[in-house]
Amino acid sequence: MTSTTTSVTPAAGGRPRPAARQRRMAGRGRLSFMAVFLGLPLAIYLIFVIYPFGQALYYSMTDWSGFTPEHNFVGLDNFTKLFHDDIFMRALGNNVELAIVVPLVTIVLALVIAMAVTVNGPTRGSIRGISGSGFYRVVSFFPYTVPAIVIGLIWAQVYDPSAGILNAFLTKIGLSGFENFAWLGEIRTAMPASMFVIIWSFVGFYTVLFVAAIKGIPAEIYEAARMDGAGRFRTAIRITLPLLRDTVQTAYIYLGILALDAFVYMQALNPNGGPNNTTLTMSQDLFNTAFRKGQFGYATAMGVVLAVVTLLLAAVVFAVNRLTGGGERRLRR
Amino acid sequence: MTAVATDERIVTGNRSIRTGGDKAVEATSHALLAVWTIIVIVPFLWVVLSSFKTTKEILASPLSLPAHWSFDNYAHAWTDAGIRQFFLNTVIVVGVALVLVMLLGAMCAYVLARFKFRGARAIYYLMLAGLTFPIFLAIVPLFFILKNIGLINTLPGLIMVYVAFALPFTVFFLYAFFRSLPDDVYEAALIDGAGEWRAFFRIMLPMARPGIAAVAIFNFLGLWNQFLLPVALNTDQDRYVLTQGMASFASQAGYAVDFGALFAAVVITVVPVLIVYVIFQRRLEGSVSRGTFR
Repeated sequence: MTSTTTSVTPAAGGRPRPAARQRRMAGRGRLSFMAVFLGLPLAIYLIFVIYPFGQALYYSMTDWSGFTPEHNFVGLDNFTKLFHDDIFMRALGNNVELAIVVPLVTIVLALVIAMAVTVNGPTRGSIRGISGSGFYRVVSFFPYTVPAIVIGLIWAQVYDPSAGILNAFLTKIGLSGFENFAWLGEIRTAMPASMFVIIWSFVGFYTVLFVAAIKGIPAEIYEAARMDGAGRFRTAIRITLPLLRDTVQTAYIYLGILALDAFVYMQALNPNGGPNNTTLTMSQDLFNTAFRKGQFGYATAMGVVLAVVTLLLAAVVFAVNRLTGGGERRLRR
Repeated sequence: MTAVATDERIVTGNRSIRTGGDKAVEATSHALLAVWTIIVIVPFLWVVLSSFKTTKEILASPLSLPAHWSFDNYAHAWTDAGIRQFFLNTVIVVGVALVLVMLLGAMCAYVLARFKFRGARAIYYLMLAGLTFPIFLAIVPLFFILKNIGLINTLPGLIMVYVAFALPFTVFFLYAFFRSLPDDVYEAALIDGAGEWRAFFRIMLPMARPGIAAVAIFNFLGLWNQFLLPVALNTDQDRYVLTQGMASFASQAGYAVDFGALFAAVVITVVPVLIVYVIFQRRLEGSVSRGTFR
């Protein structure tokens, strides 16, 4: 880097003209460069992502079965039918529940761990986390590396009424009431047990994300806070959290999108929607409607509702962040 | 410089002093983190343990040790259950898709981040839209698009779709990264007579290496763990990827599931990803913390 600078400096006197010529020459090269660099990825993206999304919007207004090319345009009929479909509305409710609980619990847990391993160490000496923090970070991230379907399969076994390790453990420590307790089969526990699996698999990932964000905060800020006598809790609430606002917002949106899908987990834990459809999700309902009942038009309409709910979620998260003093307002101040 | 000096003074001045509060906080933190660690690790250890037991033993008692340790389950899962083929397919699909998406993603992000032109903002938002919309919405039309161009149920078809759906994430994160790179090195390169192509491949791409490494590891995990796309678009049993194979393996035999082999298959699926993670973890940590937290 330094060698480049020194080699340029001697020519500083005659610099403007050659540079300008370079620029002009680069103009043509630049155009072809941009065409290739932007054109290739965009073409793939448009064909395999944007185009199918566009088609889906159209199919959602047809009675297409998917097996034959024939279909009739039915306008918004599919959507009116959806809102009178008890099972779908049930699934929508379950998804909303998931989208509220899963991100909240995951983010709080991840934040607590991230702060502990980065800045909540001893109050003397350099700003650092508690000892052995690397180990916790590595371990808690681990579930993220495991395919969701495998996580679902593992936990389906863990929750198994008779052969699962959870009930074996609980009966061993004397809670005999849990012998043969069907965690995924009881209306009361099916949803919380499923939520726990999703939370369990994502805490580590968001811990790593928050750790990186916290490390981006200059240590001087923490030193200043410490000199002003701020304790750990105050530092966390008044300094770390406000500075991580945008990261938390991104995390909430990602987790929300994930919770609105949740297909893989639910499919592995309770393929049929759980007791009384307590864990049925829109994605599962969509999948069954399309591939079992052969109503592709109606199923795509479900997909559109799913997409709209997803956008609404993102909008709500942005609005809440803005209203509580985040976003651009913070920047202006 | 001054910050370091003050730091030094604080450390040397109070080296022996650790307040009671520090100890209490440290103990509580350790206790909480230890509990979480146990909750994370125990299911995996249990799976590993069970993978050495016979199905009969697994159903009889979840906590018992295997009567004798054998790799029969692994052999059975690897050959008879087809995990070997699924594994190979996954390596091919994920390997090729990863290289392609990192290259194309870096190119696209670079142009969007460092060139001013009309429509740049629109393309950026189009990418963002792809990140927000659920894949579920696209899955049915996607099936027919692949069918029409003859790539349905083929590995190249799956690779293209993987690349396309991993692209927005890649562009989104590399965009921020390319924006943060200093201008002067790039300008110096142009003045020295390097063209745009050279400047990108020789200067900018190497400078973005930490960001690319971070995005690549997340893409690798995301693609390795992808489930819905292969289930819908790649239904030929010989071309199954691991996640698909696992799901069909778990459900195919109904009540007669060979649990021993299932647990062994889980271990086989998890171990390679774990190795990649452990290797990259250090690098990732290093690249993230080097420049920021001194």
